Amino acid sequence: MPLLWLILLVLAIAAGVFIFARARVLAQSGQDRRTLHSLPNYYGSNAAMKSAIPALLVLVIWLIAQPLYVNTSVSGMIPDTAIAESSSRSLVLAEVRRTAEGLDLAIATGNMTEDEARNMRADISDVTQRLSDAGAIVTSQVTQPVLRAAQQFRVLNATGYQIMTAVVLLIAIAGGLWGVRETRPEFRARNVVEQGICVLLIAAASIAILTTLGIVLSLVFNTIEFFRLYPASEFFFGTSWAPSFSGRGGASDLGILPLLWGTFYISIVALIVAVPIGLFSAIYLSEYASPKVRAFAKPMLEVLAGIPTIVYGLFALLTVGPLLVSVFGDDGLGWMQAGTAVMTAGLVMGIMLIPFVSSLSDDIINAVPQAMRDGSYGLGATQSETIRQVVLPAALPGIVGAILLAASRAIGETMIVVLGAGAAARLSLNPFDAMTTVTAKIVSQLTGDSDFASPEALVAFALGMTLFVITLGLNIFALYIVRKYREQYE
Amino acid sequence: MTDASMDSVPVKGTLTTVDARTKKRNAAEKRFKAYGIVAILIGLFFLVVLAVSILRSGIPAFTQAEMQLEFVLTQEEFDAAESQVLKTKAYENIFITKLQDALTEKGLTVAFDAAAIERLLGKPGSTIREFYRANPDQIGQPVTFSLPASSRVDGYFKGRVSRDTVVDSRFFEASDLDLVDALADAGIIVRNFNWNFITGSDSGVDHPGGAGIGVSVIGSFFMMLVVLALSLPIGVAASIYLEEFAPQNWFTDLIEVNISNLAAVPSIVFGILGLAVFIQFMHLPQSAPLVGGLVLTLMTLPTIIISTRASLKAVPPSIREAALGVGASKMQTVFHHVLPLAAPGILTGTIIGLAQALGETAPLLLIGMVGFIARAYPEGVVSGFIDPNSAMPAQIYTWAARADAGFYEKAWGGIIILLIFLLTMNIIAIILRRRFERRW
Amino acid sequence: MYDIPHHTQETAVTDVKIKAKDVQVYYGDTHAIKDVSVEIENNTVTAFIGPSGCGKSTFLRCLNRMNDTIDICRVQGDILIDGEDIYDKRVDPVQLRAKVGMVFQKPNPFPKSIYDNIAYGPRIHGMARNKAELDEIVERALRRGAIWDEVKDRLQAPGTGLSGGQQQRLCIARAVATEPEVLLMDEPCSALDPIATAQVEELIDELRQNYAVVIVTHSMQQAARVSQKTAFFHLGNLVEYDDTSKIFTNPEDSRTESYITGRIG
Repeated sequence: MPLLWLILLVLAIAAGVFIFARARVLAQSGQDRRTLHSLPNYYGSNAAMKSAIPALLVLVIWLIAQPLYVNTSVSGMIPDTAIAESSSRSLVLAEVRRTAEGLDLAIATGNMTEDEARNMRADISDVTQRLSDAGAIVTSQVTQPVLRAAQQFRVLNATGYQIMTAVVLLIAIAGGLWGVRETRPEFRARNVVEQGICVLLIAAASIAILTTLGIVLSLVFNTIEFFRLYPASEFFFGTSWAPSFSGRGGASDLGILPLLWGTFYISIVALIVAVPIGLFSAIYLSEYASPKVRAFAKPMLEVLAGIPTIVYGLFALLTVGPLLVSVFGDDGLGWMQAGTAVMTAGLVMGIMLIPFVSSLSDDIINAVPQAMRDGSYGLGATQSETIRQVVLPAALPGIVGAILLAASRAIGETMIVVLGAGAAARLSLNPFDAMTTVTAKIVSQLTGDSDFASPEALVAFALGMTLFVITLGLNIFALYIVRKYREQYE
Repeated sequence: MTDASMDSVPVKGTLTTVDARTKKRNAAEKRFKAYGIVAILIGLFFLVVLAVSILRSGIPAFTQAEMQLEFVLTQEEFDAAESQVLKTKAYENIFITKLQDALTEKGLTVAFDAAAIERLLGKPGSTIREFYRANPDQIGQPVTFSLPASSRVDGYFKGRVSRDTVVDSRFFEASDLDLVDALADAGIIVRNFNWNFITGSDSGVDHPGGAGIGVSVIGSFFMMLVVLALSLPIGVAASIYLEEFAPQNWFTDLIEVNISNLAAVPSIVFGILGLAVFIQFMHLPQSAPLVGGLVLTLMTLPTIIISTRASLKAVPPSIREAALGVGASKMQTVFHHVLPLAAPGILTGTIIGLAQALGETAPLLLIGMVGFIARAYPEGVVSGFIDPNSAMPAQIYTWAARADAGFYEKAWGGIIILLIFLLTMNIIAIILRRRFERRW
Repeated sequence: MYDIPHHTQETAVTDVKIKAKDVQVYYGDTHAIKDVSVEIENNTVTAFIGPSGCGKSTFLRCLNRMNDTIDICRVQGDILIDGEDIYDKRVDPVQLRAKVGMVFQKPNPFPKSIYDNIAYGPRIHGMARNKAELDEIVERALRRGAIWDEVKDRLQAPGTGLSGGQQQRLCIARAVATEPEVLLMDEPCSALDPIATAQVEELIDELRQNYAVVIVTHSMQQAARVSQKTAFFHLGNLVEYDDTSKIFTNPEDSRTESYITGRIG
C-alpha cells in the first residue's frame, strides 16, 4: 500500500530532521547546554513538527479532494446518451468505479497488462468476460463510454497520486530544512513547539464541531434532495407509509406520521416501565439502603446499562415476544398476533432504561441538601413523608430532566425496535400490534439494495433529520433543566 | 404534666403509646419502603431473566452433534472410487458401507439409505475425498472422520427438535430420528465442543451448523484498533485543551455544547454520518472495519472526552501550582505532571468507551457490515482494515434476522462471546480503577 | 410531676422537663459524649457552650433522636422527657419530634411557599380539621415566630426568597407550628448578621414563655444574653452546669474559666 509507505516516509524524514536539528544545536552550543534557550529535544521537535505536520495535512486534504475532482471530471466524460432510461448518473459513475477496480484487479492477477488496461476498447474485445475471469465483480456489460471513463478514471487517479507523493515529500523536506535553519541556540524552540502542540490540541477539540457539522450537512443535503423528489408536506403529514420495493420511486407513500406514532408509543411504554422502577430504586438506594445493599444493588442495576442493545433486541425477539404471545396471543387472551409488537419492544426498552433513570435520579436526589431532610425530620416527619413532600418536590426539575433524557434515548434506540417491534407501519392504539419506528425504517431503507438517489433511500435522511431534531431538542431542554436545578443547590 | 399557658394544644398522649395516626403514618412508611424494595427486585429479576435466557439459549451453540466414524480405506477402494464418474457419490457409498459395518459390529441393525445419510450429514463424500486426495499416505490407515450433523439432528440433541414437532420434508423425516437414536446408542453420533463456532466464519443461509463467529471477532478487533488509535489521542488532546488551556470564549462554549450534545445523539445518526461522509463522499470501501472504526470513533469521542476531563479535573490545582512554581511552562506542567496523574482515570474511561463501541450495532448496519457475509479471514494487517468484514454485534444481528431457527442459537452463543469480551474489558477497567485510584 | 429529683436547685417556679443520666454517644469507634447527666427545666433557656467538637450539638441531637438518622451513631444511658424514656423501644421518634421541635444552624426552609413551610408539620401530624383551622395555626405560628407582619401579604411566595434572618425566623415558626413542648436550637444565629441575630435572640426570650428552650451556641455573649442556665461541654464531657450568671461570673471548674476568658476553645 503506497499510502502507508508515503506516511512512513514522511515520518522517517521528520525523525531524521529531529536527530539532525538536535545534533546541530548541541554542536553550536559547544556542548554547554546552558547557553541553549530550550532543551535540545525541543529544537529537534520544532524541526520535526515543521516537516511532518504540513506534509500530512496536505496529504489528508489531497486524499479528500482528489476523488471529488476525479469524479467531476470523469462524470463530465459520460455522455447523456450513455445513461440508460432507468438509471442515473451516479449509478453509471458507480459502474465506472467498479470497472476501474476490475481493471486494477485484472492487472494484479496477471490477466491483463497495464497497456491493455489503458487502451482496450469495449467494442472490440470482450472486456466484461476478461474482467470477470480475473475475479472482478461485474454487474452488467461494460460499454465503451463506461470503459473509456474507467480508463480515464485510472489515469487521473494514477497521475494524481504521483503528484501527491511528490508534493507531500517536497513539503516534508522543505519544512524540515526550514526547521533546521532556524536551529540556533538563542532560538525559542520550546515556545514554538508548545504553540504547535496547542494548535494540535485545538484541532482535536474542534473535531466535535466537525462531527456535528458532518451530521448536519449530510442530513440537510440529502433531505433537500429528498424533498426535491417527494413533497415535504406529504412526508410530514402523510398518514401512510408504503414504500415501493422497486427502489425506483413511483407509487411510494412516505408519510412519517405512522412511524412517529410507533416511536412515541413504544417510548411511552418504555417510560411507563422504566420511570417507576427506576425512580423507586433510586429512592430506595439513596435514602433507605444500607451501604452493603447499595454496594450490591447499584452496580447490579447498572449492569443492565452496560449490556449492548443488540442483546436486548435478541431478548425481545426470542424471549419476551414468545412469552407475551403465550399469554396475550391466540392461545391466551387473543390480543396479540405475533411476538413482535409495541409491547415487546417497549417492555424490553423499559428494562434497558431502568438503570439510566435510576442512576440519574440517584445523583439528583443526593444533590438535595441534607439540611432539607433534617428540617423535615426535626418536625417529626417520617422518612417517606420527607421523601415525598420535601425531597422529591425539591428534586423534581432534575428528575424531569432525567426522564426527558431517558425519553430521548428511547426515541433514538434502534436495535430493540428493529428486532422487537415489527416492520409494519400502522396507526393503531393496540399495544399488542406490531408497529415500526423512525429508527427501524432508517435501517430498512438504507440497508436494502435500492439506489441511493431514489426517494425510498433518501427518505431515510429525512427521517434521520427528524430524529436528530427531536432528540437534540429534548436533550438541550433536559440539560438546561438539570443544569438550572444543579445551580439551585450549589 | 400540664401546661396551662397553651390553651389550644390538643391533649397529647404519652410517648410510649403510639396513637392511631402515627400507626397509619408508620404503615405508609413501610409501604413506601416496600415499593422501593419491589422496584429493585424487579430490576434484579429482569437482570436474572436476561442472564438465564442468554445462558440457556446460548450455551448449546458451543456444542455440535457430530458423526464420528473410524475406518480404513484400502488402496483398491480409493482407486475404484477415483475411476468412477460420480466420485463423491462413490465415496458416500463407501462411507455408508463402512457405517453399516460399524453398526453390525455393535450388533445394531437399522435400515437406512443414502438419502437418509444426506439428510443427516449433507454430502459426506466430498469431505472424505478431499481428505484422501490431500493425504494419500493415510490410505490403508485407520482414520477417524468427524462430520457435523445437520441442524435438525443437532436440534434434536439440544431439544429444539422433538419427535412431536418434526415435520417431514426433503430436509428431514421423522423416521430419521430412529436412525439418529441408533447411531447415538452406538456412540457414532456424539455432541462435541464446537470449536468451529469460535474460530469459524459465517455460513450460508441454510446451513446454521457451520456458522462461526471467529471472522467477525477479527473484524471487531480491527475496528477496535482504529477506535483506540484515533479516539484515545484525539480525546485526550481535546480534553487537555478544554480543561487546561481553553479561554472562556464563544469558541470554547461551542465545543462544549457540541460535545455534550454529541454524547446524546442516537447512534443510528452516526451511522447516517458514516454512510454519507465516509462512503458516499469519500468513497471509502463499504463493510470495511476501517470505516466502522471511524464511525465508532466519532461516537466514542464524547464519552472519552467527558471521562478524561473528569480525571484531569480530579488532579488538584496544587500540583499544577507546584510545577509552575519551579518554572515549568504550562505545557510541561500538563504533560509532565497532570497527565501522568490522570492516566489511570483516562485509561479506565477509554476502556469503558471501547466496550461501549464494541457492542454498538446500529451504525454498522448502515455502513454495510450486515449485508456482507464474512467467509474468510483477512490476509494481512492492511486487508484487515479495508477488506469487507463483519463485526461481532453485526454478525449476531445477521443471524437473528435469518429464518432458520438454528441461527438463533448461534446468535445467543455470539452474545455470550460478546459479553465475555465486554466483561473482561470492564473488569480490567475496575481493577485499574481500584489499583490506581487516588484520593486527594 | 413525678420523678422529682432530690438534689436540684431550689427554684420554685421551674420544674424539670428533660432529665439525662449517664448518656454515652458513640460515632462508630469514637466516644463522642461521655457520661453526661443534665436536667433541663421548663420555661427556661438553657445554653450549651463549649469549643468546636466538644459534643454539644451531638448531645442536643440526642434529645429528639435526630441521631437516629445517622447509621453509625449509638446512644446509651437514659434521657427522660416528662419521666418517659425517649429511647424506649415503644417510643416512635416521629411522635417524639413533634413534641421536641428543632431549629438548625443554617436556615433550611423547604422549597415551598411560606404558607406550606409552616403548614407542613401540622399537616403531617393531622393537627387541623379544615382549611380555616390550618390558616389559624399558620398565622399563630408566624406570629410566635415574630415574622407575621413581614410575610402576611405574601404567604404564597417561596420561603427560599426571604432574607437569611427571615428564613431562620420562618424555620422557628415552622418548628413551633407543631406545638412542641421543647425547642432545640443548634446555633440558630451562626449564619445570620448582627441585626437578624438580635431579632432572633429577642424571639428566643419570648419563646421561653411557652417552651423549654435548649440552645447550642458558639458565642458566649449570646449565651449570657439569652439563657438562664448554661452547660459547658469540653471533649465530650459536661464540665459544669449551673445558672448562667454563676457560670460567667464565678465558674467552679478551671476549664470553664479558661474557656470563658478565652484561653481555650
